[in-house]
Amino acid sequence: MGRLLSHRLAVPLVIALLVVALSFAMPSNFYYRVAALVWISALAVIGLNLLMGYAGQVSLGHAGFFGIGAYAVAVLPAQFGLHPLVAALLGAFATAALAFLVGRPILRLKGHYLAVATLGFGILIAMTISNEAWLTGGPDGMPVERLTLFGWRVRGADTWYWITGGLLVIGAWIACNLVASPTGRALRALHDSEVAARVAGIDVARAKLTVFVISAVYASVAGSTLALLNGFVTPDKANFLHSIELVTMVVLGGMGSVLGSLAGAAILVVLPQVLTGFHDYEHMILGLIMMVIMIVLRAGIVPSLAALFKGRWKK
Amino acid sequence: MTATTPLLEVSEIGIAFGGVRAVDNVSFSARPGEVFSIIGPNGAGKTTLFNLVSGIYRPKSGSVRLAGEPVTALEPNRLAERGLSRTFQNLQVFFRMTARENVMVGRHLREQRGLLAHLFALPSTGRQNRESAAVADALLERVGLAALADMPAANLPYGALKRLEIARALAAEPKVLLLDEPAAGCNPVETEEIEKLIRKIADDGVAVVLVEHDMKLVMRISDRILVLDQGRMLAEGSAAEIRSNPKVIEAYLGTHGTREANLALD
Repeated sequence: MGRLLSHRLAVPLVIALLVVALSFAMPSNFYYRVAALVWISALAVIGLNLLMGYAGQVSLGHAGFFGIGAYAVAVLPAQFGLHPLVAALLGAFATAALAFLVGRPILRLKGHYLAVATLGFGILIAMTISNEAWLTGGPDGMPVERLTLFGWRVRGADTWYWITGGLLVIGAWIACNLVASPTGRALRALHDSEVAARVAGIDVARAKLTVFVISAVYASVAGSTLALLNGFVTPDKANFLHSIELVTMVVLGGMGSVLGSLAGAAILVVLPQVLTGFHDYEHMILGLIMMVIMIVLRAGIVPSLAALFKGRWKK
Repeated sequence: MTATTPLLEVSEIGIAFGGVRAVDNVSFSARPGEVFSIIGPNGAGKTTLFNLVSGIYRPKSGSVRLAGEPVTALEPNRLAERGLSRTFQNLQVFFRMTARENVMVGRHLREQRGLLAHLFALPSTGRQNRESAAVADALLERVGLAALADMPAANLPYGALKRLEIARALAAEPKVLLLDEPAAGCNPVETEEIEKLIRKIADDGVAVVLVEHDMKLVMRISDRILVLDQGRMLAEGSAAEIRSNPKVIEAYLGTHGTREANLALD
């Protein structure tokens, strides 16, 4: 038990140290910006990992929730003059409510059926955002009002680095808390055996709905943060390609690993930047690297490396 | 409740799969402190009967009462709330979790629920985790797995997993415990330990319903035995009555196998 409790605090602590340490190694604003994008993606991926890696339920529609969060901070201040933070909060609530309503019927499905149903749901949201051009600007997107806190205009890549890094640490802390709690044990249990979980008294349908809503809120908060950072939103972040990207980050980094979520996000955000020098071959090389990682580290980057080091220790 | 009031009453329960009556009109009851065993040849419907009683299958006919209340066709988690727990013939272990965590899941209904407390690690959650861990450790000790508490369940040997399931079921503090072949795959020493364990569980006032293929174990431990054959009740009685029942001997090995049947049932 002691190990689990320390693990609960160790992971957010490691991430916090990483955020602080990296800040000393940033040569320019561009690097701050890329790092902030990693932190934001990692936040969404941690949420999705709670659903996929811990509870064993797939979602190919999480970009939809991401999109709701992003458009909440774009539309609500523009239409109703709300403060962006209030808008983000309302976006998170709306996302939770929607996930709750949709999750009930959808989470009865399993495996590939659940994947297709969530995929359809995500496409539905993306289409709505694209089509309601009077509200959302349609495929061209729309500007987002700059964030102002107590009269201070939030600007600059380094500022956003710290804000997003802080959010990531909080998100990781909450996720680790959940995993180590009775609710978290129920989620991990139903992943391995739904029938045994039910016999142990777990309301499986309710537990799945709970983690679906939580993971949707992570995506929504990440979406709001990205929109505020960019000062602009486009429908492509609600698109199903972005859903696939989030799932890829979960699997690449490691299912059921909060640190893995960060690793997966880091690779898929940073690599395309690094590989731009290869021009036409960029996507080929990226695909190749992803394939090699999955073949060599089949449990995902962090769990596979952890197992490898544990084996070394013992020898 | 007096010692003679049944905790579990199953009346004329039945289910059919594709026209085959897998369990047909079966009735039995189990009282607190007793070990009630269900035996029968392979395919007699023992596990199906367990699945009906524990809410995994919905019976086509008949009823189940738990501590006097009607509970027919309730979901397994609702039955768990009312005090029924079980183990599985084909292991249903949480393989990604440690032995201790497996047993802690068994405490689920006795744990505080507040989701916000869980998300923000309020002190109550820490207390709850420590309390569940302490109960789990005591139970692992009781089933002889204390040394393996931190081991992922995936790394445990078969016999240990059988005992882990018992510990997980006990964590819920059930009134009725269904054990589906707890001694399967165990060596004689382990079987003896499991026998002592089952006896102790019953002595604590739990109604234990046992499905088991090890006839020596069944004959030693059971207060009463129900024999199933092709989904129907063939006989019910004490070990001595069952052993000498010609219908039971015939069902087990046919009329030509009397000698082997005697060996099996002795």
